Amino acid sequence: MRTPLPIARILRVKALLLPVFAAALLAGLAWGSGGGGPGALWRSIAGLPLEDSVLADIFWKIRLPRVLLAALTGAVLSLGGLVFQALLRNPLAEPYILGISGGAAIGAILGILAGLPRFPWGSLAAFAGAMGTVGLLALFSSWRTGLGKDALLLSGVMINAFCGAVILFLISVTSDVRLFNILSWLMGDLSLAAMEQVALLAAVTAVSAAALFFLSHGMNLILLGRDTALSLGVRLEALTWVLLAVTSLMVGVSVSLCGLLGFVGLVMPHLMRLLFGPDHRVLVPACVLGGGAYMIFCDLLARILPRQGEMPVGVVTALIGAPAFIFLLRRAAR
Amino acid sequence: MNPAAIAVQEVSFAYEEAAVLEGISFRVEEGDYFVIIGPNGSGKTTLLKLLCGLLKPRAGSIRLFGAPLSRRRRKALARLAALVPQAASAEAPFRVEEFVLLGRAPHQGLLGLETPEDLAIAREAMAFTGTAHLASRRLDRLSGGERQRVLIARAVCQRPRILLLDEPTAYLDLAHQAQIMDLMEALRAERGVTVVLVSHDVNLAAMYASRMLLLAAGRILAAGPPGEVIAKGPLEAAYGCPLAVETTPGGVPRVSLVPNGRRPAGRPPPGVREVRP
Repeated sequence: MRTPLPIARILRVKALLLPVFAAALLAGLAWGSGGGGPGALWRSIAGLPLEDSVLADIFWKIRLPRVLLAALTGAVLSLGGLVFQALLRNPLAEPYILGISGGAAIGAILGILAGLPRFPWGSLAAFAGAMGTVGLLALFSSWRTGLGKDALLLSGVMINAFCGAVILFLISVTSDVRLFNILSWLMGDLSLAAMEQVALLAAVTAVSAAALFFLSHGMNLILLGRDTALSLGVRLEALTWVLLAVTSLMVGVSVSLCGLLGFVGLVMPHLMRLLFGPDHRVLVPACVLGGGAYMIFCDLLARILPRQGEMPVGVVTALIGAPAFIFLLRRAAR
Repeated sequence: MNPAAIAVQEVSFAYEEAAVLEGISFRVEEGDYFVIIGPNGSGKTTLLKLLCGLLKPRAGSIRLFGAPLSRRRRKALARLAALVPQAASAEAPFRVEEFVLLGRAPHQGLLGLETPEDLAIAREAMAFTGTAHLASRRLDRLSGGERQRVLIARAVCQRPRILLLDEPTAYLDLAHQAQIMDLMEALRAERGVTVVLVSHDVNLAAMYASRMLLLAAGRILAAGPPGEVIAKGPLEAAYGCPLAVETTPGGVPRVSLVPNGRRPAGRPPPGVREVRP
């Protein structure tokens, strides 16, 4: 029989994933196009003199914000997927499914077309777009009798499809260098990380993850279906709105800073569920650590795989994520 | 006189414009084995949902043990009445023990951190429903009969005074149907839980119920002990087809279909091929 008490299970999962996360963090700092390696990183951490004095700046001023931004984005997207998979009781749900991505992308593209600097104005435009979607979603579902999962899903998919059309329209009327900026944002980009961005996302992530942890047992009960959840005393309507609001906020901020990073939010919750079971009180911390580690790892690959320059990290997350998802589906079917 | 476990007074309900229940009144006494029967669309499931606060009546009042249902907080209500919905979703990949433990939610705080006592109650509920041996099996890998007993274990774990079940015997074979109905009788007799269940199986209901309610088109056609409800008049009015009622040697009323006049005698029912020698 498994350990029955949830606190013990949560601590066990944290103890398992923390070393993985720490290893990813150190690896993300140690390697990259500017050189370094574990030895140099260790000397820098221990305060010993480095042969190349530029390395210290590379470690702490260039790579650290980038690695932290990757970790935070990975955590946010995994949590977003986890929440939407529970809320919509649909294993294919991911953090972008309700159109948050589409709205953010329209905002970001309009920002780029208007020639705004990427931070903070471009990010703010993207964030405004994401929140605009949530507003539309709230409006649409208030027209219907209830906030059922199907009503939510239908409205979200419609908004997303409409946004997709607008994005294609905007791209087709753009021909100059701004087109490249739009496409690189759409594919997800961590390369312009600055400490202010990291601090902003860290604050939002900390608050959201804490809120989601306190609502995690509610997510367990949502899985039992509407009638059973209500009959167990869950205030379903309120819980749904809070989950939706918290998730939209953190995903909106993440998307506005890093662009669209696909598959993380789809794959990580499934992987964590496969490893640790369906209890959301365990899955929330697991997604923070696991999602963070996975994104650091993908970003590291994006930096060191190409001979020169780097590839968009969204390409790596999708290249690993899609086959991994198919593998997980096969395992789950058995 | 003790207040009734459930007292329904002049309750009406409608989805959008279509009236489902119209001015219904009845009482369920504590310790009753109360079975609601009636044709499809007669409002049985709606009535069950009203009784546990999932729906709110358009008019009228419902009292549980003397206190108006509408004044109770959702969680307090959940400690009083548990529901086993029809074809309850069991797709979540929980293990049986985890799933049954979720029944403790109304007694716990926000995070639902289980105490050893909660775990003991869950194990006891599994033992009572004969599902203890399934504890570490996955819910979505159980057979129909096992799953239904686990769903009931979850509700028993909730420690309610009233247990509401929507067609708990649907899709089960004869032996498993009897098993579920026996389990409800044990719950009633040994723990004083008031059992209210909706059933399509009139004869099975008549064998177990202490009182019955016959619902048709949102109104009560008959209410009382099985002997009064299982009668040709009200049943034919409710179901709109010719029926025969007899009494078995055990004194239980039994209903059977009378082939109706629309089908010529000697012709097999549609879909059955006639075999000539």
